[in-house]
Amino acid sequence: MALTKQEWLELEKQAHELRKLCLDTTFWAGSAHIGGGMSVMDMLAILYYKYMKYEVENPTWEDRDRFILSKGHAGVALASLVCHVGFDDKEKLKTFNLSNSTMGIHLDSNKVKGVDASTGSLGHGLSIALGTALAAKVLGKDYKTYCILGDGECDEGSNWEAAMSAAHFKADNLISFVDRNKCMIDGPTEEVMALEPFADKWRAFGFIVKEVDGHNFNELAEAIDFALENKGAPVMIIANTVKGAGVDYMEGDYKWHYGALNDEKYEQAKASLEKYYAQRCARAEKEGI
Amino acid sequence: MAGGLTYTATESTAFSTAEIYGKALCELGEKHPEVVALTADLGKSTKIGMFGEKFPDRYFNVGIAEQNMFGMAAGMAKAGLVPFLSTFSVFASLRSADQLHTDICYQNINAKIIATHAGTSFGQAGSTHHAICDMAVARSIPNLTVICPADGLETYNAVHAAYDNFGPYYIRINRGFDRVLYDTTDYGFEVGKAVTINEGSDITIIACGSCVFQAYQAAKFLETNDGLKVRVLNMHTIKPIDKEAIVKAVMETRRIITAEDHNVMGGLGSAVAEVIVEAGKGCAFKQLGIQDKFAPIGLHEDIMSTLGIDQNGIIDAVREVMGKDFELDDDWDDEA
Repeated sequence: MALTKQEWLELEKQAHELRKLCLDTTFWAGSAHIGGGMSVMDMLAILYYKYMKYEVENPTWEDRDRFILSKGHAGVALASLVCHVGFDDKEKLKTFNLSNSTMGIHLDSNKVKGVDASTGSLGHGLSIALGTALAAKVLGKDYKTYCILGDGECDEGSNWEAAMSAAHFKADNLISFVDRNKCMIDGPTEEVMALEPFADKWRAFGFIVKEVDGHNFNELAEAIDFALENKGAPVMIIANTVKGAGVDYMEGDYKWHYGALNDEKYEQAKASLEKYYAQRCARAEKEGI
Repeated sequence: MAGGLTYTATESTAFSTAEIYGKALCELGEKHPEVVALTADLGKSTKIGMFGEKFPDRYFNVGIAEQNMFGMAAGMAKAGLVPFLSTFSVFASLRSADQLHTDICYQNINAKIIATHAGTSFGQAGSTHHAICDMAVARSIPNLTVICPADGLETYNAVHAAYDNFGPYYIRINRGFDRVLYDTTDYGFEVGKAVTINEGSDITIIACGSCVFQAYQAAKFLETNDGLKVRVLNMHTIKPIDKEAIVKAVMETRRIITAEDHNVMGGLGSAVAEVIVEAGKGCAFKQLGIQDKFAPIGLHEDIMSTLGIDQNGIIDAVREVMGKDFELDDDWDDEA
């Protein structure tokens, strides 16, 4: 179902706060995986502010929906999110990446409340998510498992083992996304290791595929609504995104996979995020119902 | 631990070690609905398929995809299930090593890996199917308990212990039939505690897996023919290793031999050597095992003979080490 204008604007507001927090955390830490953090942020925002059921006071609640960030290097985004929704104190983000912090680049699920799996080694998350999804069926529970993969990590063969299994075991309670920002560390995905025809690959492995603009909440919502209704097969939502979304000098530039911010770049990024937010709200006003 | 085995020791000789594992797992499955089983197209070979026949809704054959199997198990354990995973040891420790390291051990989840066809026990299949460095890999991953049972009934105990204790376990068992060491499960199996198979004061053989039976046979032979009192320790738990039993053996016998169906680098022998060196007590020491080379193909017994880890090889090693000199320190009589 299409989002109401009010819902859309609320999501824009939360996503904007999250992007600002992610930027701040990167600045405080000195550097972080900000490019992929910004591209994935809208997916995190809609999952945690519209769809997922969880209790911040009881992070291990057994009936909660699960979320596995397979692209674990976007830990700076997930750290911002778990603090923003209230699993932990935002002040803790000032320790991100610092020696002896509980929050490193790749978040440790045994140390950071609200994080369901320790990821970082790529190509692992979809298998873990499939495990939690199938566990729900064994245990007779109705929680959902959400998983977000990076596009670059789809080079890893283990993803395709997991994909084959997800379809074979009819994991229709597993809802997956690829953050298709088309960049990886060494360059554009299609230059380093071509993924296209990407949607066809997932279809061939038994997924129902939805391709959306990963920065359009209405399109994301429609795809997630479809996945929640779908029975008998796993759904993959390929979210076309922009690396570094919202920060003009980072957008689409693979070199911002991991980056450092000086004072000047930080101020420039803050101003850019405000402008981006205004544009996004204008679109929500125009296209929302 | 209490055994509770419903079949007799005599009957147990009719079962391969893996079959006893399969039966133990089925028992756990009957009692505990949260136990699930996963394999990678080796349900029949590893005998985990016996669980699948009884509990098809809790059995997941992922096809030939070990990495995915380990990741799935991690997710299942995170959600409250107790997954048992079985594939060949060489694949469990190497093909899916990253998932073992990160998904299972780093997250410290409650998954149990029962890795079969350990060491050179799948002899004719050759080095692609020999697991000669799995204990080295497993031993060096934090949080992972590593057990190498001596026979089927010890495997039964190890599988139950794995369920009873929270955390990741790696249990390596052989293909096919093992020589039977125990006629009961009630001999005081405890994770991390060596079992003295034979008392002795002249020399100690510390062995694991299929080498324990061979060491025991060697000890009996040497007692009769050489008049030697050979202590044999069944060091079934490779990690955490029983330091106390090792240092006690050093202090009381001053001559130590380790025997394992594994590369001498990184396995039981290395673990024992680390304890001895840290204790700072001099002793004669020899490691039997695979001497950092790929093993030949053949029947398991033939390979063990070639490698010098069978009864005859151990006897030769004992005679050699009995003749070895070593520097006595001044603390011969101090407490271990």
